[in-house]
Amino acid sequence: MSRKMTGARMIVEALRDQGVDTVFGYPGGAVLPIYDELFQQNDIQHILVRHEQGAVHMAEGYARSTGKPGVVLVTSGPGATNAVTGMTDALLDSIPLVVLSGQVPTFLVGTDGFQEADTVGITRPCTKHNWLVKDTSKLSATIHQAFNVATSGRPGPVLVDIPKDVQFAEAEYVGPKQVDTTNYQPRRKGDPDAITRLVELMEQAERPIFYTGGGVINSGAGASQLLREIVDATGFPVTSTLMGLGAYPASGRNWLGMLGMHGMYEANLAMHGCDLMIAVGARFDDRITGRVADFSPDSIKAQIDIDPSSINKIVHVELPIQGDVGHVLEDMLKIWKSRGRKTNSEAVRKWWSQIEQWREVKCLAYTNSDTIIKPQHALERLEALTKGRDRYIATEVGQHQMWAAQFLHFEDPNRWMTSGGLGTMGYGLPASVGVQVAHPDALVINVAGDASWLMNMQEMGTAVQFRAPVKQFILNNERLGMVRQWQQLLHGERYSQSWSDSLPDFVKLAEAFGCKGRQVSDPAELDDAIQEMIDYDGPFILDVLVEKHENCFPMIPSGKPHNEMLLSPEAEAFTGGGALV
Amino acid sequence: MALNIKQGSTSHSAYDLRDPNAQIEERHTLAVLVENEPGVLARVIGLFSGRGYNIDSLTVAETDHEGHRSRITIVTRGTPSVIVQIKAQLGRIVPVHEVHDLTTEGPSVERELGLFKVSGTGDHRVEALRIAEIFRANVVDSTLKSFVFEITGTPEKLDAFAELMRPLGLSDQARTGVAALARGA
Repeated sequence: MSRKMTGARMIVEALRDQGVDTVFGYPGGAVLPIYDELFQQNDIQHILVRHEQGAVHMAEGYARSTGKPGVVLVTSGPGATNAVTGMTDALLDSIPLVVLSGQVPTFLVGTDGFQEADTVGITRPCTKHNWLVKDTSKLSATIHQAFNVATSGRPGPVLVDIPKDVQFAEAEYVGPKQVDTTNYQPRRKGDPDAITRLVELMEQAERPIFYTGGGVINSGAGASQLLREIVDATGFPVTSTLMGLGAYPASGRNWLGMLGMHGMYEANLAMHGCDLMIAVGARFDDRITGRVADFSPDSIKAQIDIDPSSINKIVHVELPIQGDVGHVLEDMLKIWKSRGRKTNSEAVRKWWSQIEQWREVKCLAYTNSDTIIKPQHALERLEALTKGRDRYIATEVGQHQMWAAQFLHFEDPNRWMTSGGLGTMGYGLPASVGVQVAHPDALVINVAGDASWLMNMQEMGTAVQFRAPVKQFILNNERLGMVRQWQQLLHGERYSQSWSDSLPDFVKLAEAFGCKGRQVSDPAELDDAIQEMIDYDGPFILDVLVEKHENCFPMIPSGKPHNEMLLSPEAEAFTGGGALV
Repeated sequence: MALNIKQGSTSHSAYDLRDPNAQIEERHTLAVLVENEPGVLARVIGLFSGRGYNIDSLTVAETDHEGHRSRITIVTRGTPSVIVQIKAQLGRIVPVHEVHDLTTEGPSVERELGLFKVSGTGDHRVEALRIAEIFRANVVDSTLKSFVFEITGTPEKLDAFAELMRPLGLSDQARTGVAALARGA
């Protein structure tokens, strides 16, 4: 059977062969042939967004919650440039995406044609790799290669730019099995000698800690399982970055909570005071390290990462292990067991009693109120009322995001969608739609701030159109809360441009979009409002009017080390300031 | 473990023993073997500009037409940890097949080609020709008022030649940047 077909049909065929069930996109002149092919088939559903940035964040939510690559289809010029923020976001958080963009016909490339942009040039630094396909005979192989690159090694976004004449022309289709992908095969197995050396260090360590990150989640469910096994078997404490929440369960007995700029007091002090740090799929981001010169000064550091450029980039690591987290953890567990499951248990017990003392500080303490809803309280109630449900949480970026990371508890990987590396306001609403599309029956909640939420609010239309019953939980303080907090603490209380004037009425906005909304300001009605949001069969916007000037603590100001944390006045009462090892 | 080992003296060890935290800038010559596809040079250059690394010189040409391979030779400068990071970042680019640090992997040869135009008459002209002979430079263009010399050698040799020619009427120059290969089989 001849498999000669047009480029446009080839694209749909290649997506089908790659197991794609959903494409997030927006049509335009340069992708009309592809949309024509999508119209004539039923295997792949197309989610029509309201803005291309929304499409990319939806694909990120889809990818992050399923472990499969997200697929985006946009037109040339503005379609592609609107996708740039989303691709940069996916690059920094290592989310696998395949973005297909239309391009003006090859004979118009370089002439400043209508809706022409140098898409491969613009997206080169914000993708893992990209391609401009000038010949239909290479199109299907390129798309298969794109899926391979996006999902192999450290995952990331890729882009394939396809001129319109390439979509119209005919050529032979090539299936995924016929494509040679041997030229891109990152190493997965870690060096056994280095792993053995790490196990030796683990056997002797007096103050060990596991510092885990998004790499554990990206490595797949098996990696999270192995992490749980090794943490529980050794009895070592474990903390995680923002991106790694859920890899180890929040209910696990060795869990210290998140570390970093707004991380837990006990987690940060344990990182500062440890003698063996085992970094697992975490990259020593500046929100984690604080002042690098004073970062965990007395520890030997081991780092497991699939990307050699993440190793020794910021912090010097004595024991680097290049490999996939899942593979390395498996070998590590095997070697540790075969050597007799030894730990320095006496010292580790003492280490735990030190950590317990730090825990006594109760760094998340805040003063509740019965007249105004505290944002922390709102999240505690959301946690209580959704406990035990298989729940997916997305967030925007800012104070609410940090409070969500502190007060919501994650038991499983792939349940937490947040913009960590790039910090993209406007990520959460579209991401929640992407998650809901992938998990139609799950409870999907976007924890948002009023300012972030407005940045991509047009995607409520997408949620309504595709009956994605996403819950928008807006902690409305009529402020750009995190900006306001920094201005209060570090810029002499000069609140430059950090308030939200002329906010829309979110309840009427919900009605205007054709879904349901409710506003709540009385703490006594909070539970009822949250319950209504959860129970409502459809998209819901809950406008929670919260305390306007609440600050997010603990906080390590930029350029300070882990032991110079700012604590809330409530937590400060327990200690005389940052107690040290 | 403070091992006091000089730059580039690691070729006899299985490990790179230089202190990665040293703050002294080193000059390294990297050979990057890449897939000869559109945009690959832009990826490499974009990496250097985007992450703030230095390029002292850069040469590129296809070296294997059948295998679609090109060789990019980059002379860069940085502290040992930055050099390690540059190599890791280069290795991450999808169409990059191999990255070799010719400065640490063993002895290597480096050559650069330069064209130097020297304009003048009388004694200066005679002196220019005499120095060119010492440097074994070829005359590839000649008028009554000018020579164009072609000279091959290390970048230092070309620097020295240019320095001597400057007072004799050096009016223009073009240099290719460094090409380098490891010595031996």
